[in-house]
This record gives sequence, C-alpha cells and structure tokens, in this order.
Amino acid sequence: MAEITLQVNGEQRTLSVDPRTSLLDLLRERLGLTGSKKGCDHGQCGACTVLIDGRRANSCLALAVAQDGRDITTVEGLADGERLHPLQVAFIEHDAFQCGYCTPGQLCSAAGMLGEAGPSYVTEDLLADPELTAEEIRERMSGNLCRCGAYANIVSAISAISAVGAVKP
Amino acid sequence: MRPFEYALATSPADAVSRYQPGTMYLGGGTNLVDLMRLGVAEPQYLVDVSRLPLDTVEPVGDRLRIGAAVRNSDLAAHPLVRGRYPMLARSVLAGASGQIRNQATVAGNLLQRTRCPYFQDVSKACNKREPGTGCPAIEGDHSNLAVVGYSDECVATHPSDMAVALTALDAEVHVTGPRGDRVLQMPGLYRLPGGEPQFDTVLGPGDLITAVELPEPPPGVSAYRKVRERASFAFALVSIAAVLDVGGDGVIRDCRMALGGLAHMPWRAESAEEELIGAPVSDEAFARAAEAELYRARPLPRNAYKVPLARRLIVHTLRELAT
Repeated sequence: MAEITLQVNGEQRTLSVDPRTSLLDLLRERLGLTGSKKGCDHGQCGACTVLIDGRRANSCLALAVAQDGRDITTVEGLADGERLHPLQVAFIEHDAFQCGYCTPGQLCSAAGMLGEAGPSYVTEDLLADPELTAEEIRERMSGNLCRCGAYANIVSAISAISAVGAVKP
Repeated sequence: MRPFEYALATSPADAVSRYQPGTMYLGGGTNLVDLMRLGVAEPQYLVDVSRLPLDTVEPVGDRLRIGAAVRNSDLAAHPLVRGRYPMLARSVLAGASGQIRNQATVAGNLLQRTRCPYFQDVSKACNKREPGTGCPAIEGDHSNLAVVGYSDECVATHPSDMAVALTALDAEVHVTGPRGDRVLQMPGLYRLPGGEPQFDTVLGPGDLITAVELPEPPPGVSAYRKVRERASFAFALVSIAAVLDVGGDGVIRDCRMALGGLAHMPWRAESAEEELIGAPVSDEAFARAAEAELYRARPLPRNAYKVPLARRLIVHTLRELAT
C-alpha cells in the first residue's frame, strides 16, 4: 500500500492505496464519486474522463498512486454549489444526451477541451488559433463515444458555450 | 492485475539505478496500464519516470531537443514544432484522442506496443508475447497487420504516428542505461521481428529514453497523411510522412518519406526517395517511386488492400506537395 494525497474537487484527501488501483476506481469505490463512469476501462470510450491538474484525462488509464499531489476535478466538481457549470446548462438546453451514461465524461472532456491551446488534426493553418467550428469540436471530442448517438446535440451544446468564450472549469 | 511495487524516480540516473529484472518504466501509462490490466504486461516493479525533469522542448542551435516526458499534446501545441516541424505536429495530432495525448509521453509513444489482436489477448498464442507459441495472425485476422518486413514468427505493425514523422525527419533518440549513453537515429530505435519478435526495439534491459533530438528541418514542404477506418481516434491502416523540395526547374531536389501501418517499425522509403531525387515532378515519377518501394510487399490474404492503398497515398501526397 502507498499513501497519496489528492485535491479532489477542491477538497484534500489523503488515502492509502494499492498501487494497482486506477484513479477511476479510487474515485468511485473509495470516495463515492460515481459520476465518472466505467465504460470500457481501456481508454477507448471517454466515459471516465476527469480533469487532472486542469487537463482532461482518462481516469481508467491513470494509476492512482502516480497522481500523488495532483488536483482532480470530476463531474461532481464542475457545478458551483447549486449553480450548474455553463456546459451543464448548455447540455440540458440542447438536449445533448439520451441515457446519460457518457455525459459526465463528455462534460469533463468539453471543459478541458475548451481550455486547450493549439491546432487539431483538422486545423488547416497550424500557426493560427482556430475557431471552434463543428468540425473542430467533433475532432477534439473524438475520445468520447456516445452509444445513443447524441453527437449532433453534444456538438451544438459545446458550440453554444465556445461562442461565448472559453470556459475554465 | 498482478501486484507490483511502485517507485517514483527522481532523476534519469535514479530510474536506471532502480532497474532490476522485472522492472518496467511508467510514462503516461496510456498503453502500459491497459496492457497490465489485460495481463499482457506483468511488471514486478514499476518505476514512474513521468515526472522526471525531461519535460521541455528547447532549441539547441538549429536543432530541437524534446524531453522524453513531454506530453504528446504539449509537443503538438509547441510553437517551434508547429512552425518548424509541422509534419511532426500533424502526426501527433493524428494519433489517439485529446485525453490520451494529454497523458501520453514522447518516449511512451515511441515504446507503445502493437495493437495486434492476438498480442493483446492472453488466451491466444503469440510469439511476441510468449516466444515459441506461434502466430495465429498469419492464418487469422491480419487485416491491419504488416505487408513488408515481417517474418513467419510475427506480422505485427508498430502503431505510432509520431514515430513515422520522426523517421522522415532523421530524428535521434537519446538513451541512457546501465551500459551508458547512446544515440540511435530513427528508425534505428526499432527492429524487424525476424526470429525474435518479443523485441520491438534495440533497447537493452534498463535502457531509458531521455530525449528525441531533431536536426534542422529539411528543405521543402511536408505533410502527414493517415488513412484509417474512421475519421478520428483510430490507428492507421496506412500513413505517410513526406517532405518534398522541388526546384524552380520542376526537378525534385530532395525528398524524405516514411510509411506507417505497413511494418513492425516505421518504414523509411529509401528506394522511393532515390527514385524521386533528380526526377522532374510528374505523376509517372510518383507512381514509379511508389512501385520502387512497394514491389517488395508480400501481403497476406486479408491485408492485400494495403498495397494499392499505400501506392495511391504516396502518389496523392506527393502530387499535393508538388503543387
């Protein structure tokens, strides 16, 4: 067992962990934060996406023991008390989900993505900071699968937020 | 997952000194943690090298030094990479997803293992995972496996996009280890499977990649193109990194070309380059160059599509670069 300290949604947590524990299992099983979902457990679906030091990451592929000292934001930490994060409001307004299983990962991924600098694979001019068109959003969100196929409304919800400026979590 | 001991390395020398049989180095973990969960990798000791002070991209004269622990996303977003080595930025952005690029390191990207379905399934035989057990891919599902340079023991492909661009750019891989420091010029980090497919690279026990160094960018225009089964977040069926320098007289002065998805390692297309240098730009010259490289392909029944796909990708990319 190894002792680690994490900031989880603004709260300091010190835990003794088996080195085999993924960050996802730690969040869900030890801290009761079941918002982050276990979809594939192989980094292929994005349902487990959280922010590690403000950057989106697949928590299923992160060993908890290797995250000592880091700042973790899960979907539970996006809202400010009762006030939803603008992305959460936009997802509701745009009907950007059906079953909702992928939604926490979509939200965390979008929150991280909006803070990311630089081009994507579909950006024509590598030197310019591209406008977040629907094509850019689809490429940048390709690590989050939605088996209900709510993609069209996910893209429009994120477009609505990116149009009013990047939102930091 | 099999139990292991975890240690955080404080310096490259500290990491190397911690090496003992059964040790693996941990970078971002995006491939290794998955392989451990699948039972494909079973380290007894995990030495975490992801926080080593090897996380900067710095110019060294006309060259660029990229630390081994630089995250893939930071590499692709770096102004010097975007400005001077656009093909490298494109290749990194062609790989994986936003989340994975945030976690994965440069050295981890180079050392990721094949995604051959048999290698990743411990209930199946695999010479790469368990030498001597056989290669069911040759008779089975080899639809995205090698068409050149493979052996009767292994038809795996290397999955990295970044390594293909680094090969075309003549990048150097800097290594430290129990036997001292050395420099490998790409694609010399890698090897063909031959009779020992368990070795993807020429690295020895305890060797640790510390940096990748790029020489001055080659003259001309460059591109990285990737063909895959869906538009994003999929491994290459075939990919190409190419640099073309055409003189005012329409004659090709220089060309660098590497192909991905075709072999156990990034495939430097030296025969195609030789065919092109000194030739006038034309579709015929591009087709001859593709043929010069691909005549040695020995596709299996379910991956024969890769040969015409690679041919068309070479011609299309060169035509695009020449106009």
